[in-house]
Amino acid sequence: MKGPGTASSVRVVTLKINDHDVSARESESILEVARENGIRIPSLCQMDGLSIAGACRLCMVELKGSSRLLAGCATRVAEGMEVLTNTERLRKYRRMIVELLLAERNHVCSVCVSNGRCELQDLAFECGVDHVRFPYRSAVYQVDASHDWYRVDHNRCVLCLRCVRVCDEIEGAHTWDAMGRGINCQVVTDLKRPWGESDSCTGCGKCVQICPTGALVKHGTSAGEMEKDVHFLPYLSRMRHWE
Amino acid sequence: MMQQNRITVATTWLDGCSGCHMSLLDIDDRLFLLAEKVDFVYSPLVDAKQLPESVDVGIIEGSVSTDEDLHKAIEFRKRCKFLISLGDCAVSGNVPSMRNLFKLDDVLDRAYRENVQVNPQIPRDGVPKLLEKVQPLHGVVDVDLFVQGCPPSAEVIWNVLSELVAGRTPDPTKLTRFGA
Repeated sequence: MKGPGTASSVRVVTLKINDHDVSARESESILEVARENGIRIPSLCQMDGLSIAGACRLCMVELKGSSRLLAGCATRVAEGMEVLTNTERLRKYRRMIVELLLAERNHVCSVCVSNGRCELQDLAFECGVDHVRFPYRSAVYQVDASHDWYRVDHNRCVLCLRCVRVCDEIEGAHTWDAMGRGINCQVVTDLKRPWGESDSCTGCGKCVQICPTGALVKHGTSAGEMEKDVHFLPYLSRMRHWE
Repeated sequence: MMQQNRITVATTWLDGCSGCHMSLLDIDDRLFLLAEKVDFVYSPLVDAKQLPESVDVGIIEGSVSTDEDLHKAIEFRKRCKFLISLGDCAVSGNVPSMRNLFKLDDVLDRAYRENVQVNPQIPRDGVPKLLEKVQPLHGVVDVDLFVQGCPPSAEVIWNVLSELVAGRTPDPTKLTRFGA
């Protein structure tokens, strides 16, 4: 990631988002440009200050003249692009993605420490998920409460990998990583040692703060009590990368 | 569906805490307004013991956890023209479904043997048989309207009922959510 370029090196492109003309730097993503122009695209794994994962697919957009859907976070704008962000087709897929996330693990909102402060919950609301049409998997996932201050509840993880990225890119510890493929994918600490026995974890808690759900939380929180604050991230990110 | 002035409503609770029904009572003095427009023909809140053959609106709280729950859900679906899944247990399984992570025998053992000092035994007589897996209501019957919340607030329930009384199909999706 680089700081803003000098005026002469910045190339500006013009494109349409939902039939509105917008201009943007060519290094920007569709998601960034949409936000700058007040156009809301639901997203989950993307976070300002972290690298792009393209993991959740919620920010998918349509391009006129193409049948492929593209992840808004991972697609750069281009001259003449005509982007659609809120078509019937996209709404259908977004709702399905949120439903599948809810069906995959065991998100029981009413007894979650993040109830009322959860990005997955907010997205379900925004996408009109009034029930989950798919059967719940009800697979068994562990809770690791071995760390002195924090706890990971895999029942509530959505595999956005924000924790993996913030630990590596901002804290520089790389305690978190992902293991397993597909439905068996899971975030782990130190090659799957208990978090409390991790040699690399500095205990900084950034992973906890940026986790969108109740998967990473502080000990001692009860239902609805886990407040998170992500405002440190863009600042830290700038300080790390500014040259 | 609801051309007449008065509509008939039946409610029941399956595997839940009855909190959704308490929330219905929480509409307070609006119960009187409701009583002018609605006949509660079957409900834990009224005396009627028989579900009538035909009811305008059925409201079910709680998840489907026993053979009796399943039977009630099927009967409600058969007899109610419009069926509402009320609250997170009915809509998603919620807390009752947390036992789905374990084998049913292990759950019963934990409750009635492992943690019991006196005469440990699995109750079988006079109690409904637990199903192997807890299901949301729409896992066993078709549902016409989902009302999320644990419990849905009195305001949400009032909105749903007054829309029905007015002959409209309610849309509570912008008023409530999972866990609300």
